[in-house]
Amino acid sequence: MATVTKTWKLFIGGAFPRTESGRTIKAVAGGTVHHLCKASRKDLRDAVESARAAQPKWAASTAYLRGQILYRLAEMLEARRSEFIDAIRATSRVTPRKAKAEVEASIEHVVSFAGWTDKIAIVLGSQNPVAGPFYTFTGIEATGVVGALAPDESPLLGALALVCPALAVGNAVVLVASERHPIPALVLSEALATSDVPGGVCNILTGDHAELVPSMATHRDIDAIVAAAKGKHAAALKAGAAENMKRVTVVDPATDFTDARWRSPTAFRGVTEAKTIWMPSMA
Amino acid sequence: MQPTQAIDWSYAPAPETFPVELQPEHGLFIGGAFVAPRSRKHFATIDPANEKPLSRIAEAGKSDVDAAVKAAQKAFKGWSRLRPAVRAGYLFRIARRIQERARELAVLESMDNGKPIKETRDVDLPLVAQHFFHHAGWCDKLAHAVPGVEPRPLGVCAQVIPWNFPLLMAAWKIAPALACGNTVVLKPAETTPLTALRLAEILQEVDLPPGVVNIVTGAGETGRLLVEHPNVQKVAFTGSTEVGKRIARSCAGTDKRLTLELGGKSPNIIFADAPMDQAIEGIVNGIWFNQGQVCCAGSRLLVEESVVDEVIGRLTHRMRSLRVGHPLDKNTDVGAINSRAQLERVNSFIACGVREGADRIVCFDGALPDTGYWIAPTLFRGVQPAHTIAREEIFGPVLTVLTFRTPDEAIARANDTNYGLSAGVWTSRASKAYEVAAGVKAGVVWLNTFNQFDATSPFGGFKESGFGREGGRAGLAAYLA
Repeated sequence: MATVTKTWKLFIGGAFPRTESGRTIKAVAGGTVHHLCKASRKDLRDAVESARAAQPKWAASTAYLRGQILYRLAEMLEARRSEFIDAIRATSRVTPRKAKAEVEASIEHVVSFAGWTDKIAIVLGSQNPVAGPFYTFTGIEATGVVGALAPDESPLLGALALVCPALAVGNAVVLVASERHPIPALVLSEALATSDVPGGVCNILTGDHAELVPSMATHRDIDAIVAAAKGKHAAALKAGAAENMKRVTVVDPATDFTDARWRSPTAFRGVTEAKTIWMPSMA
Repeated sequence: MQPTQAIDWSYAPAPETFPVELQPEHGLFIGGAFVAPRSRKHFATIDPANEKPLSRIAEAGKSDVDAAVKAAQKAFKGWSRLRPAVRAGYLFRIARRIQERARELAVLESMDNGKPIKETRDVDLPLVAQHFFHHAGWCDKLAHAVPGVEPRPLGVCAQVIPWNFPLLMAAWKIAPALACGNTVVLKPAETTPLTALRLAEILQEVDLPPGVVNIVTGAGETGRLLVEHPNVQKVAFTGSTEVGKRIARSCAGTDKRLTLELGGKSPNIIFADAPMDQAIEGIVNGIWFNQGQVCCAGSRLLVEESVVDEVIGRLTHRMRSLRVGHPLDKNTDVGAINSRAQLERVNSFIACGVREGADRIVCFDGALPDTGYWIAPTLFRGVQPAHTIAREEIFGPVLTVLTFRTPDEAIARANDTNYGLSAGVWTSRASKAYEVAAGVKAGVVWLNTFNQFDATSPFGGFKESGFGREGGRAGLAAYLA
């Protein structure tokens, strides 16, 4: 029986299109040559458009529903456990044990954030005891469309650590996969497609970071960036804040994403907005 | 019966006469002492109500900024390791001393800024003292403020503040920075440095350790030298979006933490079922408080179409009773514009509004003083959403009126801006108020009120109004690693 090799494509608006540019990246995995899509700036724009369209409804859905949907995503990851381990090892030299640990941490991470959806507002929100006859409270909201840049060091867990807080509070995301190890993110796109995460809420691109980073930085319809980057990519992304006041969070790609900080309320910092509402307590 | 006599309803002058001593020249506040600038340069700060110089102010150059940053670096170790309750003690004493000297500071602020004494006395100064008092209490509670991480200070904070609320902005910047264990180099605006320098005296009075707070005066170049200094770990800026973007670019290649509180073009939404008397007062407060020189001013009035004539009729009636005049007169509602540059900028927007075809309404019929910088409260009707005066931040006493028909349209129009600092919503229906509050992209939403501030309540914007919050627990995050 002939084996069928998978054609890896982009994940935009819940569909799997090829890059509009027709360009590919060669990735050799386990003796097989894969041709991955080399996303263009136009693909990035399409993904941002999909994210923008999907975001309001996702943010308006109840926190309970978003929690269940993220839990469903964790179930889909669990079902692909061995595929993820293979995907992590496909282009890297990590040991099976290490790959397995990353997958397990990743699944646990998604479950953790499934639980955060209806708690983060409790933890970060407040009633403000102002010095006057007003009832005043602060809630948190999603920032909007978030661009994420995954690290090579932990291509699956790193991607999810950046993406999960954003999704949990109702942002829509455009994730650019690890440049050197993009296959885990592509398996993630299949898990997303079979979960109940609405199309467009999480989009995934593969390609050259040098090409996609400047576009992501300057795109005026991206509201926030969470990126594992350093050097000139980090600087370019931060300079993107000057374009339209993006909230830019840049972390060292070698960061230990299993650190408790990544599951703490701090992880929501760059992808949430505090909204304070005042009303007279006597009118 | 006595023949009826015409009654003179005009007010007698009611000047605030509290004496404030002014030194002819001010140095820089570095390492706990006032020092002459190494730059050897000075500039004048003037009273915008009469254009007379108040004092000569040091212009900090590169070596001055270096010295200030060095002093803050040197002070950081001791300050950040101080027992939290001891750190709190300093902040509590600062708050107390501000309360004791409140009247002096209020008068000085009105002289340097041009804002009415009624506002500096009843709004600015109480908030300044509260901000220090509130943050004093945070010093030993930081672990509860940012859950999940150990609270660590960042280091030296470069803080650049604007001229519209000079001392209040200094308090908003300094208090949380110190509470979290950071040290500060503050640059006040060049047109309003006097109250920050008087605050430095208070810091001396409470024996704040030298170098914990340093104040360098100067204009844009001094600010640039400060935010670009390699030895600052945190940059906090309040001011225009244009300068904020420049700062964001200059910090891009560094690991500096950045918060920006920038401009706004905030909607004030009046529904037909609004409590109309309060709404009219809210509109007045929203745009003519501090001569409209407020980043969160309710400068875009959105009125439900069915009541637009009623609203404008009542509003113009109210505008007739607004007193434009000397900032130190206790009856003054609208004081002087802060500077000639700002006066010209606002006037050019007014000219642009007329040129683009909107109807200008000015109800003030008194005479504006011959000297000083004055603009009577101004209203524009017949404004289209594409008009310049409906899109750009004017930062002056100029209100633009637009209309809407449905709550959805109100939300859409409210959000039709790059800014997202604040919004006002006026309606008697709570469900509608909350629906609109949820829909507008703004960091602060006032329901049936406007321009309320409090140290416990986070303030800051969505979108191009900047990022980060000031006040409350959310404000502390900006000063902790």
